[in-house]
Amino acid sequence: MELTLKNVSYSYNPDAPEPVYAVRDVSLTIRSGDFAALIGHTGSGKSTLIQFMNGLLKPTEGQVLFNGEDIFEKKYPLKTLRQKVGLVFQYPEHQLFEETVLKDICFGPKNMGLSKEEQEERARHAMKLVGLAESYEDKSPFELSGGEKRRVAIAGVLAMKPECLILDEPTAGLDPAGRDDILGTVRALSDEEGIAVVLVSHSMEDVAVYAERLFVMKKGELLYDDTPKAVFRHYKELEQIGLSAPQVTYIAHALREKGFDVSEDAMTVAELKQEILRVLGK
Amino acid sequence: MIRDITIGQYYDTDSVIHRLDPRVKLAFTLIYIVSLFVGHGPWCYAFAFAFLVFVIVLSRVPVKFMVKGLRAMLVILIISALFNLFLVQGEVIFSWWIFRITREGVRMAVMMVVRLVFLVIGSSIMTLTTTPNDLTDGLERSLRFLRVIKVPVHEIAMMMSIALRFIPILIEEVNKIMKAQIARGADFDTGGIIKKAKAMIPLLIPLFVSAFRRASDLALAMEARCYHGGDGRTKLHPLKYGRTDIIAYIILLLYLGGMITMAVLLP
Repeated sequence: MELTLKNVSYSYNPDAPEPVYAVRDVSLTIRSGDFAALIGHTGSGKSTLIQFMNGLLKPTEGQVLFNGEDIFEKKYPLKTLRQKVGLVFQYPEHQLFEETVLKDICFGPKNMGLSKEEQEERARHAMKLVGLAESYEDKSPFELSGGEKRRVAIAGVLAMKPECLILDEPTAGLDPAGRDDILGTVRALSDEEGIAVVLVSHSMEDVAVYAERLFVMKKGELLYDDTPKAVFRHYKELEQIGLSAPQVTYIAHALREKGFDVSEDAMTVAELKQEILRVLGK
Repeated sequence: MIRDITIGQYYDTDSVIHRLDPRVKLAFTLIYIVSLFVGHGPWCYAFAFAFLVFVIVLSRVPVKFMVKGLRAMLVILIISALFNLFLVQGEVIFSWWIFRITREGVRMAVMMVVRLVFLVIGSSIMTLTTTPNDLTDGLERSLRFLRVIKVPVHEIAMMMSIALRFIPILIEEVNKIMKAQIARGADFDTGGIIKKAKAMIPLLIPLFVSAFRRASDLALAMEARCYHGGDGRTKLHPLKYGRTDIIAYIILLLYLGGMITMAVLLP
């Protein structure tokens, strides 16, 4: 699986003498096994960008290629693409509508035209992936807690067996335990099922722990496309665009200024702990 | 996708008409409609037309927007014209097979169309020059006398402005849910009526759920800020008549007076 955005731009008034761009000249590629995070200030074009990836929005300029084929070609089967590139919107629990959890998760597979048995098999598999016990099958999605609803919604997309999963702030509004649960699940999906993941996030801490690659957006343009460590070295530039590095990185920098030889690349509590122990143990 | 829906067709510009008190504009609409039914004959309608042009010029709203409202009325206009044309009895001036057109029919058809066109344009002036909120404010104030017979005027006006306020929010919500369901393979565009109607279920249920959630959140937020209905509630910008409003009322009365005189004196 290879999903490529090639010089895509999106403007609300493409014909105006000076178009206003929501996304401007962004190029990036996502491959199987990637775990990437997309970060940027509110209004930096993240949500617009991810809608290109499954053809919900057509860029005003540039191309979107899935396995080398332009998805906005006339005859391209967008429905199949949307099944292969699963998109989980912000607050996905708001899209639940069926009477039971199982039926709701079956909605995607049903639209793919699968047999009833296969729909349910896929739905049960997806429930297992997101860690929902079988006892949830016949419950109404509306009586679940926020975190559980979100799992159901994510399972609804996973049931289509996507090769690439894009999640728009999947942890917004969840408590810390719910947040770790969801992100852990996504991480496991990427590791075990080989699904490529793109995570839109505001939390540098989450990104530092889970992502292997960061896309940083600034006013519609792609500012960085690198590993988290390399990106967080630009923490001063990140601050200028309303972002920051993880707090641990700041502590590492402060320690270095005081003369401790810890690595400035420490991003997570565990990494910094190791570094401090190493320095102290010397 | 559902976009570009403008409800409450306010045209944002600055003009004498825009600045008028909403109550004056309500009165204008009412008086103008009454005048259209008081008047009959070409002179009266010429007078009504002149007055309409006068107001449109003052409002500085492009005529294009005025006429837009007519498009929705086109079917009704045609039907009422046809009915009058063929069904009114009188002196036959043209007949073919079962169709008969009478002189009175032609007269009635023309009058009906002119009346309806003026009516639509006249009332769209109000909505084009008044924000929905001003409009409900004006309505609340003008209908306050109904409180005497226990009509909850304030509550109705509040409901109206909340409803108006929520239309853009709900449209955005529809867009969001639609995209989310399309991402799950939903298909809103193909198939016959029944398939399309069925396809709306995954859209409508989440929409209703969210509308109820928003309503309950809003009610809570309002209560938290001590909202308890209209009694004793004051306004940030109370409606007050200014000099232009008085002048506008005088012009309106002169217009109505003129119309009645013409209707009585002219044949």
